[in-house]
This record gives sequence, C-alpha cells and structure tokens, in this order.
Amino acid sequence: MENNLLALILLLPFGGACLAFALPSDRLRPWLLPLCGSLHLVLTFVVIQAGPLSAANGWLGIDPLSRLILLIISLLFCGCSFYALGYLRYRISWGNRIFVTCLLLFLFAMTLAAMARHLGILWVAVETTTVSSAPLIYYNRNRLSIEATWKYLLLGSVGIALAMLGILFVAYAGLAGGGHVSLQFDDILHGAATYSRPWLKAGFVFLLVGFGTKVGFAPLHTWKPDAYGEAPGLVGALLAGGLTSVAFLALLRTLQIMDAASEAVMAREAFLAMGLISMAFAAVFVIRQPDFKRMLAYSSVEHMGILAIGVSVGGIATFGAMFHLLNNALTKGVLFLAAGNIHRRFESKRVGDVRGAIILLPFSASLFLLGFLAITGSPPFAPFISEFTILQGIFSGGHYVTGGLFLFFLAVIFIGMGSTVLSVVFGNPPEKKGDENYRETLATTGAPLIMLLIILVLGVYLPDPVRRIFADAAALLEVRP
Amino acid sequence: MDNTVNFLLLLVILLNFFILGSSRLVSCIRTVAIQGGMLSLLPVLAHGFSGHTLFLAAGAFLLKGIAIPFLLFKAIRQVRIRREVEPLIGYVPTLILGTLATAGSFIFSDRLPLIAEHSQSLFVPVGLATLATGFLMLITRRKAITQALGYLIFENGIFVFGMLLTEAMPLMVETGVLLDLLVAVFVMAIVMHQINREFSTMNIDKLSSLKE
Repeated sequence: MENNLLALILLLPFGGACLAFALPSDRLRPWLLPLCGSLHLVLTFVVIQAGPLSAANGWLGIDPLSRLILLIISLLFCGCSFYALGYLRYRISWGNRIFVTCLLLFLFAMTLAAMARHLGILWVAVETTTVSSAPLIYYNRNRLSIEATWKYLLLGSVGIALAMLGILFVAYAGLAGGGHVSLQFDDILHGAATYSRPWLKAGFVFLLVGFGTKVGFAPLHTWKPDAYGEAPGLVGALLAGGLTSVAFLALLRTLQIMDAASEAVMAREAFLAMGLISMAFAAVFVIRQPDFKRMLAYSSVEHMGILAIGVSVGGIATFGAMFHLLNNALTKGVLFLAAGNIHRRFESKRVGDVRGAIILLPFSASLFLLGFLAITGSPPFAPFISEFTILQGIFSGGHYVTGGLFLFFLAVIFIGMGSTVLSVVFGNPPEKKGDENYRETLATTGAPLIMLLIILVLGVYLPDPVRRIFADAAALLEVRP
Repeated sequence: MDNTVNFLLLLVILLNFFILGSSRLVSCIRTVAIQGGMLSLLPVLAHGFSGHTLFLAAGAFLLKGIAIPFLLFKAIRQVRIRREVEPLIGYVPTLILGTLATAGSFIFSDRLPLIAEHSQSLFVPVGLATLATGFLMLITRRKAITQALGYLIFENGIFVFGMLLTEAMPLMVETGVLLDLLVAVFVMAIVMHQINREFSTMNIDKLSSLKE
C-alpha cells in the first residue's frame, strides 16, 4: 500500500507527460494539466495524512520536510495548471505539445526530488528539473528568450555538476572515515559522526555552491533575472516557487548531514553569509528596476536569502523559515501570474510603457498590488507572520547586527519594489494601447486569486494541522547536542 | 594495474592541455570524444571485470565517446562552422592558467586524506585538474559550442573522481546521471541551433542584451 502510494504520485505526472506527448490535439492537451494537477494535490493530501512512508530500499521516502515541499509544489502547480488553460487558449496558434509535456515532466522531477532519500536520486531529480524547464523558458521563441535559456541551462548544469562533486566528496568522507560507503540518506545521517572532516567540509562547500546556484543565492543568481524575465509568467511562477523550493530542500538535506556530523556551526555561518549577501544584492538591484518581471526575480533572490538566514539562526526562526517557504511560493505564484496578464495586455514589461494597469486590467492589477504588499511583509498576509517570526528568532538569539541588516534590507526592498509596482498599477494608461483584444478570464485571474486567499487565511489563522507540518519540518533541522 | 591507470590519467591531463591550446573546433570535439572514450576504460581497469564496471564502461563509452560527440558534430555541421574557437583571452595565457590550475589541483589534493589503497593513485588531482580545465573553457571561450565542450570536460573531471567511489554509486543512479548528461547536451544542441537561426552566429557575445 505504501509503495503503491509513492509510485502512484510519481507515475501520475510521468504518465501525464507521456500522454501529453502522444495526444495530437492542441485544444485538448492543456486539459491534462489541471487533471494531473488536481489529482496530484489529492494524492499529496493522502500522503501527508499517511505519516512516514518508505519505498524502494529506502531510496524514496516521506519525512516531514518532504511533506512540506510536496505540499508547496503541489499547491502551486495545481494553481498554475488552471491558469495554463487560459494562457494556452490565448496562445493556441503556437502549439503546446512540448510545453505541456515539459510542464508535467517538471512536476515529476520536483516530486521525485521531494521524496528522494538517496543523494544520487536527489541529484538526478534536481538535474531533471533543469533540463525539463529549459524548453519552458524558451516558449516565447525570440532572441531574448534564447539568451535566457542558454544562460539558465549552462549555469544550472554547471552548478548541479558541482553539487555532484560535493556528493562524491561526502561519500568519500565516509570511506576515509573508515565507514561503510553509502549515499542512502539515513545511512549518511547515521554514520556522519565518523566522517573525515576535510572531505566533509570540502563536500559541503561544493554542495552549497552547486545547489546554491539552483536556489539563486547571490552572487550565483545571474540566470535568475533573465530566466524569470523572459519566461511566460506561468513558468516564472513555477521556477520562483517550485524549483527554488526544491533546490532549497537539497540544501536543507546538506544541512542535516552537517548537523549529524556536529559541523553545524560552519554550515550555519555559511548559510547566514549567503543569506545576507543575497538580500544585499536584491536591495541594490531592485531599486529603479525598469522591468517589472526582473524586479520579481530580485525579490526571489531576496526571499531565498531570508530563508537561508532563518534556517541559519535556528530556534523559532527555523519554524518561520519553513512557514516562509510556503508563503514565498504562493505569493510568487500570485505575482508572476498577475504580471503575466499585465505583460500580455500591454505587450511590454518596461515600467515606462506600462501605466494605469488598474484601469485596463482591474483584477490582475489589484492582485499584483496585493501580491506586492504580501511579499514585502505587510499584514495581514502570511509572509508578515513568517518574516516576523524569523526576525523574532534573530533578535532572541542575540544576533543584533544580522537583525538590523535584515530590517534595513527589507525596508530598502519595500521602497524599491513599491515605486515600480505603484507606477505600473496606477497612473494613466499610455497612448500605445498594446493588445486591445486581451481580456481577463476566470482561469487567468481565478488561480492567482485563490493563492492569494490561501496566504490571507494563513496570515489570519493558522490551523493546527498546518502548523504541525511546519513545526515537524523545523524539528528535523534542530541542532542536536 | 595502478600503473596503467595512472598512465591513462596522465594522458587525460595531456588532452586537457591539447584542448586548451587547440584553435580548431573539430579537433576540440574530437579530443573531448577521445578523452571521454579513454575515461570509459577506467572502471574496468581500476576495479576489474564485473557486471557493474562493464555496464558503466559501456554506457560511458557510448555516451561520452560516441553519442555526445555525434550530437555536437551534427550541431556544427548544421550551422556550418569549422575553425575559430575564438577565445576571449589568448591561447598562451589560457595554457598558463591551465598549468597553474593543474599544479593547484595537485597541491590541494595533497591536503585531503586518502585511504591507503588510493594513496598511490592520481584520481583526485587529475579529476580536479580536469574540472578546472572545463571551467577555464567555460569562462574564456566565446562560442556556445565551446561552452558546451567546457561543460563536458567538467563532467569528465567528475567522472574521474567518481572512480574512487564506484561501490557507493548504485547502477540505477549512474544510469540516471549519464542519461541526464545526454539529455542536457541534447537540449544544448537544440538551443545552439536556435541561437544560430536567430543570430546567424553562435557567438555568445550577441547574447548580451539581458543585463542591468
């Protein structure tokens, strides 16, 4: 039964991808997305209810962290899949065989990564996310999107190759420590105390740089603005909320290994440094950013930094970081989907060309504005609670300098993003009209609206079962003496 | 056995330098293919005959020695370019940097404690040196295809290092790793084709509209 459940949740998107590739009709094919997305969400809830699971010699399994990441990607993908119906109807003449197939493969790879309990499987899954999402970024088929795809593919592949080296180093640390060599995650956690330190530390550095490239920590984030800027809004949402969460999971696994080897101090200092640098970079580049989709990319860099800081500080901040993973993913979903609508109506994403969106696209523009307020940590949305929890953890841990910098960067980014968002949303629409036939539909505004409602509800009231998901995930990252 | 393996590994280093100094694209691709083919002998030479090593050797040979070079040759035939690697910095400085990186790899790997049975082998320094060569190719060359070659050399370096750990890597995972490599190069070849179609060149300096 347990094995069947895990096999089912993996086979569903994979089978969907095969079916999408085989299906000849461009009109029918997009319906596979909400079908697979909804079934995946249902299965995710079943998996979350089922408690710890394990399958395939312990290579796959569900622990509290997997549960959280699975929930995040499933919710986000489900929302995006309904949005995709509206988007692909609009782009019907472009064909969508590759697009739909790759989207489902992407979901498959993310699901596999979430439940991997073997470093080799985790690596293969994360690399598959890169390869399957590269064609998605190229969907607009113009010069800029080629450039973005090439950078993404190359940086992603090289980064992930470094992570492979890190994995091999960790395995050799086991060998040099005189232990039994295995890449199975529980075996590693069990034996980590005897691992050879020089190899383990070198391995950690490679893993941090490798998976850090996928997460998009500054200064390894250079693919991010290009990829998010040129990809369709829907793909941007999945990259910013799904891919980065999965890559962050890989980093959390690394952290678990370092904790088990009692090297937590070094690992956490590295996370803290990465986090602060990311926030600083984001703060510099978000100011006067002329392109509102690139602005969202820098916001993503910032939030990866916030997550890293939360995890590094520990204590209550870890809980905040786990909560923030979900909030960041869903809010980024709202922002990217709404930004996609605005981009299509105005046929531009430059701040000068896009003004007065609230007059032409009342729903999308309101969602964009509310999404901005949510992501910058304004109450009553859930990111406010999670960011506040992280901040509380920072100050109660006595990290006053970190806390001060954290607040300073948040304020700078709020002002920087605010000026861009306000000039997009308000003002008089420009003379150049863009695509006047574009209309908001239920699919393209309903999906981000539901995501926004989720983070609004979670911000006001956090039900106990949901809280337990975050608390259990955070408990795995506690440093054990 | 150790001597044969070390001899092969030294050849890999020589090929690294050959690639860094070569100005013809075709010979670069061919050298990377030869390097990949040679590396595929390593599992059998270092660990003896077994189902696992034979499979790994055959898989690596098919992919690194045949399939991927074939894809790359096809890509440059489609876009009709033969010569000019077009380095951003000259060949001599690249070679000097390559030498420094190789020396650095030997020094760095001296600091890492090896277990007794590996203490005579050159896997770690050669792996790291090959990695550094790939990295140099990635950052100093201008064409999309030479960057893809850099990525392949990079992967070869990791493959060399992985030889220390064949027992830790289950067959399924290795298959997955090799398959992902193939698909990545396949997608890269498609993107290269599109770059060429849009820009009529594969120089990535044309890919510079996206910046702050």
